[in-house]
Amino acid sequence: MRPVYAISGGVSKFAKARPDKTFQAVIKEAYDYAINDIGLDFTTFTRIVDGSVASYFSDHFARQLMAAIMAQDYLGLCPKPGHRVEGGGATGGLCFQEAWKSVASGHMDVCVAYGFETMSHVETWKGNEFIALASDVSFDYPVGGFYSGYYAMMVTRHMKEFGTTVEQMAHVSVKNHINAYHNPYAQKRNRYSIADVRNAPMVAWPLTRLDICVMSDGAAASILVSEEGLKKLEAAGARVPRPLVQVTGIGRGTDAMRMADRPHVDYDEFMQDYATELERSSNETRSYYRKLWDHGTRYPGVHSFRAGRTAGNMAYKHAGIHDPLNELDFIELHDAYTSSEIQTYEDLGLCRYGEGGPFAASGKAFMPGIDYGLPLAEKPSCPVNPSGGLIACGHPVGATGLMQAVFAIWQLQGSIDRHFGDSTLQVQNARRGAIHSHAGTGTYVTVSVLERQP
Amino acid sequence: MSKLPSRKEETLGGYIVHGVPFPLDTDPESLAFLKKLAPIQIEQEYKITYLHSYGQDSPWFAALSNRRLIASREPTSGYTYANPRGHDMFSGQETEWIDITDRPAKLHAFTVCHFGSEEFLPETPFVLALIEFEGVNTLLLTRLMGVDPNQASLDWIGMPVRPQFLRNSKLKPTDIYFSPQ
Repeated sequence: MRPVYAISGGVSKFAKARPDKTFQAVIKEAYDYAINDIGLDFTTFTRIVDGSVASYFSDHFARQLMAAIMAQDYLGLCPKPGHRVEGGGATGGLCFQEAWKSVASGHMDVCVAYGFETMSHVETWKGNEFIALASDVSFDYPVGGFYSGYYAMMVTRHMKEFGTTVEQMAHVSVKNHINAYHNPYAQKRNRYSIADVRNAPMVAWPLTRLDICVMSDGAAASILVSEEGLKKLEAAGARVPRPLVQVTGIGRGTDAMRMADRPHVDYDEFMQDYATELERSSNETRSYYRKLWDHGTRYPGVHSFRAGRTAGNMAYKHAGIHDPLNELDFIELHDAYTSSEIQTYEDLGLCRYGEGGPFAASGKAFMPGIDYGLPLAEKPSCPVNPSGGLIACGHPVGATGLMQAVFAIWQLQGSIDRHFGDSTLQVQNARRGAIHSHAGTGTYVTVSVLERQP
Repeated sequence: MSKLPSRKEETLGGYIVHGVPFPLDTDPESLAFLKKLAPIQIEQEYKITYLHSYGQDSPWFAALSNRRLIASREPTSGYTYANPRGHDMFSGQETEWIDITDRPAKLHAFTVCHFGSEEFLPETPFVLALIEFEGVNTLLLTRLMGVDPNQASLDWIGMPVRPQFLRNSKLKPTDIYFSPQ
């Protein structure tokens, strides 16, 4: 595999509804932004780009099969190669990785990843029904298919098992909403308090409306290149910022669609197959986990996402990361629910399983220099969702993972101020970041590591 | 009495419109003005009936309609799935059916849905639950009845529960549900 660089990206402003344009034209907003940001015009880029990968989640929302080829056509990419990827909420993350593969394998020198979702074409509760069809339609959906309900069940087990509290979850909502206050691309830019989160209408106990992301219309695009591709673009006049941003780690994991079918493994199997390198090397942590198992914890059950742990471990190994909390400068992760952000802290090894709740309220995942109105005991260590995440930015499913990639590129290029018109969310001297994309109750999870070259 | 919500619920449906405003002349100025118009939105209905087969899992539904809960067991290891599963995920071997109707069962995790997908909105609030059974390695997703949805508590987790069956089977997984024992 050869080095792959993520050189540019664009995001449409995520909104509850974009009836002013068709999905192709919304994608073109993000696509044109990515091209213009490296100083190229449409025709020059079209001449050089080798092909594409497209992502969108639901044919139901689009009420259109093969929507990707319509975007390919509208973007002027025909007859170049392209294909659509789909994997629920992780669709955008899968798309980014497929584009990486196209370049890393030598098949393409310049590949553009673009994604979209138009969720406004149906009413909210019909939209929830469409999303719930991404659960087993013979066994899970008919019982009361509702993704917020599925995640709520998972977190009640997390709370019972580890003592996680609703106030700890609300910290995630406050953090991400206040971060998004400084992100003009975000759908929701509001300041909330812990009380606001808890007093919001209850959706699926214990998750309130402010614990849950919203549906959106939106698109995102990212350009990935090899060294040869970079040369071709620059020879045509592209201005690609230095130092370059390289994709240095790729990881994916999967788990059973019916969460009820997931295993409950013993301590030895957990340590052998799922523990992080850091966890395995610590006597204290092995003893901590032994106590958890002695008290009845089994892994992953429904309280944890082993697909996320698998993806994280794989990406960290690829990127040479041993201590993610201290070796990553930021993470954009899939916070469709405040609870899933907490569960993902654990999956990604930012803390141990069972410690996600206290970690959420500690301050370690917050941005420095922002007043959250919360008493935080610890200094920021690895800001999580500096953009505001899905909870505040919105979640147009096929675009979401690519939106994370674009924000990560901008963080590592140090260009947040230029794109946001506000430098508050720029992680100072960001050298390495991770993006994490997650599908239905943890069925597909991707983790990609992006790194600014020395 | 509680306050009315501050915003009315948005719904589709409305007048049927024949003819929409458009310039009488297609002169350049009028055509350029078309770029400033709001979009046209129409309603499109999409309705379909599928002939869905439960395939190798069919006996599980037949059992429910006869007031029995059966599970899938790997014959060599004994690994048992509460959900029907034709082949074991570890050995790849075909599973066998066992009857777990009378196994001790308890609540593993739950939620109270105060909202839901459109199909289930009329049933809110309802309780989704994951049930664990003695000697069974995986869980079962079901509905929990006989609890107060406004008094949800983590203390519910671990409570013994018992299966109940619809008298008039619908050949759906909701033919079974659970109640506190």
